[in-house]
Amino acid sequence: MTDSASLATPDNRIAGRSLRADAMRRLLRNRAAVTSAIVLVLVTMACVAGPMFLPWALDDVDYTSFTTAPDFAAGHYFGTEANGRDLLVRTLYGGRISLLVGLVASLVSLIIGVSYGATAGYFGGGVDNIMMRVVDILYSLPFMFFVILLMVFFGRSITLMFVGIGAVEWLDMARIVRGQTLSLKRKEFIEAAEACGVSSAAIIFRHIVPNTLSPVIVYATLTVPRVIILESFLSFIGLGVQEPMTSWGVLVSEGAANMQNAPWMLWFPASFLAITLFCLNFLGDGLRDAFDPKDR
Amino acid sequence: MNGVAPLLSVRDFSVDFRLPKKFLKPRLILKAVSGVSFDLMPGETLGVVGESGCGKSTLGRGILRLIPAAGGEVIWLGQPLTKISARDMRPLRAQMQIIFQDPLASLDPRMTIGDIIAEPLSVHRKDLPPRERRAKVEAIMDRVGLHPEMINRYPHEFSGGQAQRIGIARAMILEPRLIICDEPVSALDVSIQSQIINLLKRLQREFGLSLIFISHDLSVVRHISQRVMVLYLGKVVELADRDTIYGSARHPYTKALISASPLPDPRAERAKQRLVLTGDLPSPLNPPSGCHFRTRCPIAVEQCAVEAPTLASVSPDHLVSCHRKSEIQPDEKST
Repeated sequence: MTDSASLATPDNRIAGRSLRADAMRRLLRNRAAVTSAIVLVLVTMACVAGPMFLPWALDDVDYTSFTTAPDFAAGHYFGTEANGRDLLVRTLYGGRISLLVGLVASLVSLIIGVSYGATAGYFGGGVDNIMMRVVDILYSLPFMFFVILLMVFFGRSITLMFVGIGAVEWLDMARIVRGQTLSLKRKEFIEAAEACGVSSAAIIFRHIVPNTLSPVIVYATLTVPRVIILESFLSFIGLGVQEPMTSWGVLVSEGAANMQNAPWMLWFPASFLAITLFCLNFLGDGLRDAFDPKDR
Repeated sequence: MNGVAPLLSVRDFSVDFRLPKKFLKPRLILKAVSGVSFDLMPGETLGVVGESGCGKSTLGRGILRLIPAAGGEVIWLGQPLTKISARDMRPLRAQMQIIFQDPLASLDPRMTIGDIIAEPLSVHRKDLPPRERRAKVEAIMDRVGLHPEMINRYPHEFSGGQAQRIGIARAMILEPRLIICDEPVSALDVSIQSQIINLLKRLQREFGLSLIFISHDLSVVRHISQRVMVLYLGKVVELADRDTIYGSARHPYTKALISASPLPDPRAERAKQRLVLTGDLPSPLNPPSGCHFRTRCPIAVEQCAVEAPTLASVSPDHLVSCHRKSEIQPDEKST
């Protein structure tokens, strides 16, 4: 864009901008969103690298301290749980699982749900009917039954749990995006694109998907906490992560059970979970505003 | 007009809307446009007028194949558009564009003006390097009266008139041969209307464009068109050149329309004899038998209820669809 071989004078030419670049610029001006992003990065880094710098392993039992409150001298900064394992190291390991579940499930729900819903809504008619009946059928499958079936056939594994959660989570997103698409496709700018000869795929991904972003981002930020809770539920009934592995959901439910005699077992994992979800919501709001050109 | 091949020939063109079927009832079919025929010469402007719901917009969209035709032919430079596949249609779309009634709704709110105007290029001129594409966008923005510095703005930052200029720039960037203007000024202020109309006229002169100008505003149509087609309930009732329509219309509906449009001179307006139509527009789902207009026609006779009139010429290039066309005397220059 800085080249001079064009009609305007090279000095005062304005560089072309795209929605993405504009959105990035607006996002960086949003202090809450930037702070949230930094906190999320710190939490993620702590979960990924933190355990390496701690003297305890995930399943090390300290026979000198069972259910002890945070004790800096002994090196248990978050205290220990009922089996004498260090709570800090377990919180960080648990974060890996929870963040991964949240990330994977939201991505699956975003990618499959948005493209599926937009396609069904845009083509409409018979295509829409068939595609949405498939969604209805998947929707009507009892989730637990579906997960148990998966486990029975393929054996228990964390990957399978991701598949199970992912397979369910995109359905809502597909419905939301389809509904948005139905109202969008009657707009004249879609007709203008058709009159230009823009292909259906380009109309869906260039015109429809960007215009569904507001509800999609809001819904995606709601999906993350839901799948984290869902994961802890699956783990609780023995279909998710297995001991000695853990997750925030599992730690919180254990902590809640010991709330009266060992409140720290609830406090630490719960605050990690809460802070993460808090930041995700702020970041989601920031993204939604950033992608809306009307919001300056 | 003699000797020149028409740019666009429309023959017996119809568009139907199939309404959703109700339980235990036959499916209703709404004949939005039926049996419309006309030729459009290169560089010519054809005005299409009629009241709301008479199929003006449907006709325009049907010609561009934005909605499927039910019958008839659209022939573009000898090539029947109604018969070719959607894939073969795509390259032809570069030659024919459309401008919409609601200028803001026709612009994607999440795209910059530069991207919106460049979109036809990204479809039909994929090989164009970004710098040239950009230069073309700025050139056309300049042509339609937009500052090229506005290239990075978003549609909501523009007024209606500016947004319509953006729509025109997008339609013009491929230098098409035909633009269908679907009520391009009815959403704009009167002062802006004339700017947009004059812009369209200038562009038409400079690029040799043909226009199909759809409007319900007779004075706007009079200003821009060479020929005018009057539609009533999806059918052509009268088709003639502008001066004939405005000076010596034959069809009672055309006369009523023209007498209803206000005159700028208050004295002439007060002295004018109004031809007021009674009744409402009949439902297009259940049009009257015979001549569709007979229920509101001041001169209807029994024959009108039995037999539908055909479009026939009363003089060269003046077609009227009325059983009593030969009895009606054209008004003395009333307007």
